[in-house]
Amino acid sequence: MTIRNQMNESGADVRLHGVARSWGATTALSGISLHVRAGSFCVLLGPSGCGKTTCLRIVAGLEQASAGVVEIGGRDVTALPPAQRGVAMVFQSYALFPHLTVAENIMFGLKARSVPKPDRLRRLDRAVEILGIGHLLARRPGQLSGGQQQRVALGRAIVAEAPVCLMDEPLSNLDAQLRAEMRREILALQRRLGITMLYVTHDQTEAMGMADQVVLLRDGRVEQDAPPADMYSRPATSFAASFIGTPPMNLLKLSHEGMVPGTGGPVLGPPRAAATLAGIRPEALRLSDHGIPAEVTHAEYLGADTVMVCSVGAEGRLLARLPGRVAIADGALVHFDFGPADLHLFDAATGHRIPQPA
Amino acid sequence: MAGVRRETLQAWALILPALVLLVAFTHWPAVATLVDSLYTTPKGSRPPRFVGVENYVALMDDPVFWRALHNNAVYALVTIPASVVLALLMALAVNTALPGRPLLRMAYFTPTMLPMIAVANIWLFFFTPDYGLFDRIVGVFGMGRHNWLGDAATALPAMMAVAVWKEAGFFMIFYLAALQAMPPDLKEAASLEGSSRWNFFRRVTLPLLMPTTLFVLVNAVINAFRLVDHVVVMTRGGPDNATTLLLYYIYETGFRFWDTAMAATLTVVLLALLGTLAIFQFGVLGRRVHYR
Repeated sequence: MTIRNQMNESGADVRLHGVARSWGATTALSGISLHVRAGSFCVLLGPSGCGKTTCLRIVAGLEQASAGVVEIGGRDVTALPPAQRGVAMVFQSYALFPHLTVAENIMFGLKARSVPKPDRLRRLDRAVEILGIGHLLARRPGQLSGGQQQRVALGRAIVAEAPVCLMDEPLSNLDAQLRAEMRREILALQRRLGITMLYVTHDQTEAMGMADQVVLLRDGRVEQDAPPADMYSRPATSFAASFIGTPPMNLLKLSHEGMVPGTGGPVLGPPRAAATLAGIRPEALRLSDHGIPAEVTHAEYLGADTVMVCSVGAEGRLLARLPGRVAIADGALVHFDFGPADLHLFDAATGHRIPQPA
Repeated sequence: MAGVRRETLQAWALILPALVLLVAFTHWPAVATLVDSLYTTPKGSRPPRFVGVENYVALMDDPVFWRALHNNAVYALVTIPASVVLALLMALAVNTALPGRPLLRMAYFTPTMLPMIAVANIWLFFFTPDYGLFDRIVGVFGMGRHNWLGDAATALPAMMAVAVWKEAGFFMIFYLAALQAMPPDLKEAASLEGSSRWNFFRRVTLPLLMPTTLFVLVNAVINAFRLVDHVVVMTRGGPDNATTLLLYYIYETGFRFWDTAMAATLTVVLLALLGTLAIFQFGVLGRRVHYR
């Protein structure tokens, strides 16, 4: 018997149909359409200024869409105020009320909605139990660490018992270790409560590690909308390829003959009139006696693996992630080989993926 | 040892300028006033004579003193809440996005920038019978001429109106600064939680403004006893002491009647009163204030 069954909670579908937002001449979002299934974890990913936060705020109702429709649980909420949309939100700054105690902060919304006191306390107890913040209830936000404040903000979202939870870069103010811990905790929480999560981040590791569905945004448009594994293995554009992965995918400009300029081969892509980019993940490369010739410029040993920075041909740069410790002197000449499935081709002008014959 | 003494000497030398100014213009006059209040007023050939608390006893029997105290109490009880509430309302108004907001802010702040003497002269015209602003306005509603400053019933309220007008804009600036320092996502979080605007104002905005309110209140109390320029210009305490405030009475006693001992006695009473109020404000209100 899980908590989810006890509470009879579950997520709601979130759908965006052609949602756009512009201020005068500047366009933050142009025609975003997406579907987040009930109870799934969706990450809105993108570099800063891509419109992901604007998109989240439109779903929350904190900002109005210039065009398009927002549906939550099959209900058109485009014109509804934030409180009536059935969403809870965790802000990047946590937005805790500095003069209220932790308990008062968590129950602020319940009081505002005149939830009866026994019910309020029951919900508080449950959130406290889930988050393990029982010893902090009488403190004020100023007396809490960043991680504790984050938990209180989560508590406020939990007690709302809203079917949809929105998070705006909730981990960006935490240190790396705490971030990894909270990442697991948020994911476990979402699974446990069965709520629909819409999560904004610029950190692709968060997206890869948490999401059921990643929506990659760029300049106010959806670049790719796919499960993280698909986005990793079949990036739809060169932008998606260069955004996902640590380090991201190598993109090499090919000559018309399909080779890296300045090398004598191998032929990576079919001869094309238009410029082509060849993409190979750093972790797909392995040292060999044949393949792409490269000159090691720098090697970075990271413990589990070594990232080797190499130059290829006239102006190409190649990163290879090799397992374990690889001791090769700077300036050495090496060859990299890779499997045929690890090669991705993109049109250099449009950035679109070029379908390859299987 | 010599090194330590040298350092001590340097330290004293460094604080000497500030010390001299403070002692000469603040501490010495304060102590001298207290001492003077225990002596009679020196006159020509008669040197001051120690009389203990006799001056204070005489003050208790002075009907004008009681009148001034009463006037000042009414003046403070009306002008302080009125100007503080008005300041908060104006700050809330100019903190929202409206067209012409900078102009509005400037308009609210203008009274603060004007010298009180000039303000008093403008208001003197407003209150003029027949062709003054107020008589014109009430004339529209069919009411006849009124001598606002000449009537004992309206003279003090007229003074209070000037004070509120002068003070509210000044306090507004502090409230506006505090409102602007409040992170906007608090409001957004509250709106997501289903909090009404009134609930947010009562439960979040007001408590977060408490440090500002305390500061403003302390200043308002001091000003209620300190600002008498408009009384000097507009009514000189009249008619029949209807607008005599404590500080104006001190000025009259000391520099028009030249009864310096009584003026010193009044000053000590005023200081004691302000000190008590300040201790009360910091002690009682200060404890309820949340500082970030």
